[in-house]
Amino acid sequence: MHFQMAPMHIPDGFLSTLVSLGLWALSLVAVGFSLRQVGRQLDQRQVPLMGVLAAAVFAGQMLNFAVAGGTSGHLLGAALATILIGPWAAVVVMTTVVSIQALVFQDGGLLSLGANLFNMAIIGTTVAYFVYTSIRKLAAEKPWGLFVGGVAAAWASIVAAAFACALELALSGTSPANIAVPTMGGIHMLIGVGEALITFGALAFLHTARRDLFRHDPKAFSPGALAYLFGLGFALLLAILSPIASASPDGLEWVAAQNGYLDAIREPIYQLIPDYLFPGISNRALATVAAGITGTLLVFGAAVGVAYLHRTKSPNS
Amino acid sequence: MISVHVHYLDPHRSLDSPVHALDARVKFILTVAFILTVSLTPYAAWPVFILLLAAVLSVEILSRLGLGYVQRRASLALPFVLAALPLAFSVEGTNLFTMRLGAWTQTASLEGLERFLSVGFKSWLSIQAAIVLTSSTSFPDLLRAMRAVRLPRLLVAMFGLMWRYLFVLADEALRLMRARAARSGRPGPRADSRPMPSFAWRARVAGGMAGSLFLRAFNRSDRIYGAMLSRCYDGEVRSLPLSSLSPSGWLTLAGGFSLLILLLSLGVLFWG
Repeated sequence: MHFQMAPMHIPDGFLSTLVSLGLWALSLVAVGFSLRQVGRQLDQRQVPLMGVLAAAVFAGQMLNFAVAGGTSGHLLGAALATILIGPWAAVVVMTTVVSIQALVFQDGGLLSLGANLFNMAIIGTTVAYFVYTSIRKLAAEKPWGLFVGGVAAAWASIVAAAFACALELALSGTSPANIAVPTMGGIHMLIGVGEALITFGALAFLHTARRDLFRHDPKAFSPGALAYLFGLGFALLLAILSPIASASPDGLEWVAAQNGYLDAIREPIYQLIPDYLFPGISNRALATVAAGITGTLLVFGAAVGVAYLHRTKSPNS
Repeated sequence: MISVHVHYLDPHRSLDSPVHALDARVKFILTVAFILTVSLTPYAAWPVFILLLAAVLSVEILSRLGLGYVQRRASLALPFVLAALPLAFSVEGTNLFTMRLGAWTQTASLEGLERFLSVGFKSWLSIQAAIVLTSSTSFPDLLRAMRAVRLPRLLVAMFGLMWRYLFVLADEALRLMRARAARSGRPGPRADSRPMPSFAWRARVAGGMAGSLFLRAFNRSDRIYGAMLSRCYDGEVRSLPLSSLSPSGWLTLAGGFSLLILLLSLGVLFWG
């Protein structure tokens, strides 16, 4: 088979409803914002480019190479896409890829798609952008910055996405943090090496064949400054949260307890919002319905927001 | 072995069945509602799980896809169940058995095992619903359904473009792999098979192939853009207006929702 199950696509059933819907809302806002940014710096050429590039990322995941013991590595492509077309367009491209994987190929669930988008399309892309841009600035226009930056960005994007995935599983009460974080992190530190090597090969090829794709434009940094900050933020957050969660047993539960989420995690899954948040509703079933409606409204509100943001983009640019 | 074409990638099976004939919007919304219901059902509400399974199995039989086909595809999500396995040991409750691995002792509890099995069952139920949706609905219909639930138009257009060129680029990827297989060594039973090149070399070649695939995508998108311009593309993505839902579509939607709400309330009231 060409199609392998990547260990990072979370199927349905593994995340609690609260975590799923929360990450759906976050992802919708981020993707909507990226769509708006892409629309703002609209180069008409970008529409077909992003669509075909999404197909290329998808097809590129078929290009596997034997690693050892019957396993094989293949490309995920978030870092490569970010380097070639910038962070906003890369978020749109990766969103397309991950959505189609879930929708058509059942690689990842539909309710957990929000989480998968968040890990691979948003965290993967912004962390890659942050790492790549930092190293390129450090290298000051020298070509080694492209390769070192690309390799580091590819590795970091995979590892960051894996840590985020493990933390989400832990927060859902599916995998304890002290098992999920080191396991997911460890495996993906190895998988990340494969990603880094392939990205290096691809950059070397493209640098020889089409050097103009990498022409460093000093003005190009400013529209991505926000993405840079987000990437820095995600990288820091994951770097701090992951060791805490895995080293101290129940570290994540401690954080959750501080926020009053502990009941939502430990208690049966239906208890989306603890009773005391709905003081007027004593009946548990009613509280569940209220919680369900709240979650749905949250997602719906985000969706409307996205549609609105998109609608108001200036048509003339 | 590497096959020549990738059209089998498309999971859509064109059959004549009531499920296939149903409006894609109804199927899409009901599938999402079903998965949400499964997610909200409390752990270990086994009778409700069985009823939900009965519902999804009936739709599978009604769709004439064949139970074997759906189950084979559903097994894709199986490896991920490992992620939930620690639950059987980490949740405290009635002790079931103790496992000893060297100096490492773990005790499984009944509650933990129930939770683990529930996660696995929920995952199995959800993936079946998604498989029925994509196997009984053509991709253009799915796109229309996504527009009906107000997904951003640019994003839906992106999905459509990706799907349109996915098969073209997947064929390109297969050609690249065939070229590599013809030129580089690989381990084989024959005495004259060349030795396998080093790991770094293999990764670099795969990278070169990815780079070349991206380059072809860039060039192709230029040609597509030219073709779009010559057909009066002005930067705006347009689409045909959606037809309104038929009465039978509304009826199915209402029936499906009532059933799901009934099952969910059952689960919450008796097992919550």
